[in-house]
Amino acid sequence: MTSNNLVYLIALPLFSSGFLMMLGRRADKWGHIFATLISASAFGIGAFEFLQMLARPSESRAVTQKLFSWISVGTFQVDASLLLDQLSISFVLLITGVGTLIHIYSIAYMSHDLDRRRFFAFLNFFIAAMLLLVLGDSYLNLYVGWEGVGLASYLLIGFWNQKPEYATAAKKAFIANRVGDVGLSLAIMIAFATFGTVSFAGVEEKVSGASTAALTGIGLMLLLAATGKSAQFPLQSWLGDAMAGPTPVSALIHAATMVTAGVYLITRSNFIFDNAPTAQLCVVIIGAITLMFGALIGTAKDDIKKALAASTMSQIGYMILATGLGPVGYAFAIMHLLTHGFFKAGMFLGAGSVMHGMDDEVNMRKYGGLGKLMPITAITFGLGYLAIIGVPPFAGFYSKDKIIETAFNSEGIKGLFIGGAALLGALVTAFYMTRVIILTFTGAKRWDEKAHPHESPFLMWGPMAILAIGSVASGFLLSSGNRFVSWLAPVVNSHEVEHAERFQPVVVTTMALVAVLIGVAIAIAKYRSDVPRVAPTNVNIFTKIARRDLLQDDFNEAVLMRPGQALTNFLVATDERAIDGAVRTVGAVVIGSSKGIRKTQNGFVRSYALLILFGAFALLATIWVVTL
Amino acid sequence: MNSANYLYLSAMLFTIGAVGVVIRRNAIVVFMCIELMLNAANLAFVTFARINGTLDGQIIAFFTMVVAACEVVVGLAIIVTIFRSRRSTSVDDASLLKR
Repeated sequence: MTSNNLVYLIALPLFSSGFLMMLGRRADKWGHIFATLISASAFGIGAFEFLQMLARPSESRAVTQKLFSWISVGTFQVDASLLLDQLSISFVLLITGVGTLIHIYSIAYMSHDLDRRRFFAFLNFFIAAMLLLVLGDSYLNLYVGWEGVGLASYLLIGFWNQKPEYATAAKKAFIANRVGDVGLSLAIMIAFATFGTVSFAGVEEKVSGASTAALTGIGLMLLLAATGKSAQFPLQSWLGDAMAGPTPVSALIHAATMVTAGVYLITRSNFIFDNAPTAQLCVVIIGAITLMFGALIGTAKDDIKKALAASTMSQIGYMILATGLGPVGYAFAIMHLLTHGFFKAGMFLGAGSVMHGMDDEVNMRKYGGLGKLMPITAITFGLGYLAIIGVPPFAGFYSKDKIIETAFNSEGIKGLFIGGAALLGALVTAFYMTRVIILTFTGAKRWDEKAHPHESPFLMWGPMAILAIGSVASGFLLSSGNRFVSWLAPVVNSHEVEHAERFQPVVVTTMALVAVLIGVAIAIAKYRSDVPRVAPTNVNIFTKIARRDLLQDDFNEAVLMRPGQALTNFLVATDERAIDGAVRTVGAVVIGSSKGIRKTQNGFVRSYALLILFGAFALLATIWVVTL
Repeated sequence: MNSANYLYLSAMLFTIGAVGVVIRRNAIVVFMCIELMLNAANLAFVTFARINGTLDGQIIAFFTMVVAACEVVVGLAIIVTIFRSRRSTSVDDASLLKR
């Protein structure tokens, strides 16, 4: 099936972005409304395509649109084509839906910013790039979108780049992402060398004839790309600093959509990972490490946005873990991605609402007792909280519980380890999210004298309310009757595999709920009493390490930055002394010898004649000696 | 008469000319010495033509005379101009081209 509407999904926001940037200040008055309408119309197109897709039988739901022939070199053909299938449409609806809500929210949130129009131009650019990422029908098309969202992320993290540390945060995110991007480009190159094509369909067709080594190589490089974009171990360190961007950006890009691109990439490449067990094992390990890593950082952060960022890292760890579990895991990963998109975006918007009322204060130790003053924010945030810790019947329960269950049921000793990690992660998640709730919305007020907390305007709490409804209902809607799993089945080739289950689902659910209860109980016991306004310094070594983001920056600085600087210094010195030195020596020798030779150029005709005479004699003498 | 004697004469004339160019300061004398060297060469050409029984050397001698005549015209003109401006024909005085 082909469709002619797909291109408008990308073209509309892309056009709007360029339009707003070129018009400049002239569009200041209406630019934000224009951008929001464009985003809403993209959502409209997505919804239209979704309804059409629903009407078709499941095997013919995918539609394509060829835009133009992009690269045509001999037998290597790459078209700029779009592919909308069951996986893409899930993302399209998430990106444009949550994106539009966040556009609406930003109208109010950014209303005091002089550069609001530029902000909306960047947001629309992000929407366009992200849609290209999920709609591209080949790795090369995906790569363009992949770089586009990286650029959008950089521009938006550094939106307030008048503050040097924000500009540094933007650079850090960009550089960490570049490392991952190298992985993606290498994966594309290996794929081309192995299969001779880079389109998803072409690679899937030829994947059975390829060697395991090549597939493992592609898989590991794709995993590297995913770790960069999705802030997974070991490229995770940029996400916390990325919170320098305006809060709507954190909600849209660094919680709901862009950071989940790694999960999309792995799910889209399911045919490669299913045939490369080593790469798949690495995916699981990375996911398990990151979900614990993020959760532990989350326990120690006093900055509400950084706590939520650590939580995002941890939740994406769950998704990556699920994608590594083979055909059964993909659907659960994407399902968790969608529910996470709702509740985490909702909570970030809630955090933005709190900051809006508290003069941009982010330190939770200076909040306290805000629940009464900001009831709507407290309720929507609370619903998101119940969703993320996995309390039934909220969204996170359905998706996360499935992941824990699938992890436990994978073969061998591996299942116990990753299942245990996922379960422990759920406990820690419950702890740190409860901590955020207690510190922010309950207890005694600890804010400054001059702060006047107030509820945010409707333009802000409206989107928060819609996202809260999503975080309540989406889990049940997606999982009832295995709806989402069968929806995605044609894309990820999943089929019902009956194997010996280690634990019955009800046992896993009970364990997860007990873990959540323990986490909540610990947090309540610890933070029920008065919380000091300044973080105590006489804490044990583990807390100190967690506050320093588990030493991720120290590690990067010690292992990568300092040796890199030393290498650079060495190279600069070598360049100056050896290479420049050689060139300068040649120059000095030439200058010195010409100074000596110049003395013969004295202007006296007779001395020239004498020299010529000597020369002639010397020539004759040479000839005489040679011919003798 | 032995043809080699002409070559000895040619060598002597050339040496006199060369020494004159190097040691004399008067431009006119230097000029005459150059002519002497040219004619020494001419004599050598003609002698070799005689020895080998060909006309090549004699033809080259004519060419040399033509070129020498042109050279004299240009050279004397330069010398006269220099004399007019500097009131001297010493080649050591005209040493301004060194830089």
